[in-house]
Amino acid sequence: MKTSARKISEEELDAVFGALADRTRRAILARLAEGEASVNELCAPFAVSQPAISQHLKVLERAGLISRSRKGTARLSRLEAEPLKEAVTWLGNYREYWEESYERLDELLGAIREGSGRTDPGRSSS
Amino acid sequence: MTELKVTAEPGSHEVSTEREVDAPRDLVFRAYQEPELLAQWLGPRRYEMEIDTYEFRDGGRWRYVHKDDQGNTFGFHGVFHGDPSPDGMVQTFEFEGYPGHVSLDTAVLEDRGDTTLIRTVSVFQSVEDRDGMVQAGMADGMREAYERLEELTAKLIANS
Repeated sequence: MKTSARKISEEELDAVFGALADRTRRAILARLAEGEASVNELCAPFAVSQPAISQHLKVLERAGLISRSRKGTARLSRLEAEPLKEAVTWLGNYREYWEESYERLDELLGAIREGSGRTDPGRSSS
Repeated sequence: MTELKVTAEPGSHEVSTEREVDAPRDLVFRAYQEPELLAQWLGPRRYEMEIDTYEFRDGGRWRYVHKDDQGNTFGFHGVFHGDPSPDGMVQTFEFEGYPGHVSLDTAVLEDRGDTTLIRTVSVFQSVEDRDGMVQAGMADGMREAYERLEELTAKLIANS
């Protein structure tokens, strides 16, 4: 079983949010979502120099959002989506978590009170 | 039934919530007491809920895991303190993704005749823990970053 043992520190969160604050870096991440890419490939769609892209990649790497490896002379960047998913999934949604839980509680209590014998409101796909 | 009210004063270790539900108190209590009922409401619908352990008594342990459809699991565990009753269900609460950061949670079910007011208070070990868990008192910059993060994640998940 995959566990959620990863701890997100304040520093890591700062790094993630700092990394995402820039439009070019978000576009790089979106490009990497389609697969790993070299610095040259990443330069192509942007009107920025290769050193500027390399600088952005360093910021993304420090934030743990990408990893980098060498293949021959090319340096490939690869998306690491885990810090994003972890941060979004838990830190942003306390209210949402409880709102939805209580809505489900309403449904459950309603079903029990109706005495229909059907106490499972079921999981919706929403 | 009222809208959920969440209070998290800046600089405090606490978060409190209030929510009225349209059912008598003893029935609401059952929804907390019986794990097969709890599993049907606690947590967002998009998660599958698995209750590992649920000893609803003084000193009893509990542990449950939320699973999403990407295979991510989010475990939580804690211990009940004092015999849980509608007047007070007190438990420690720890998210296994953030170990060592424990909150003390109290839920009280207030009898309002046909309806019940659920009040909860969670006390965290530090303001930082509280803010981290609740995203309270966060600057607009952070909020915006979260929105971007959500957009991006949705895209990443769609492409994966």
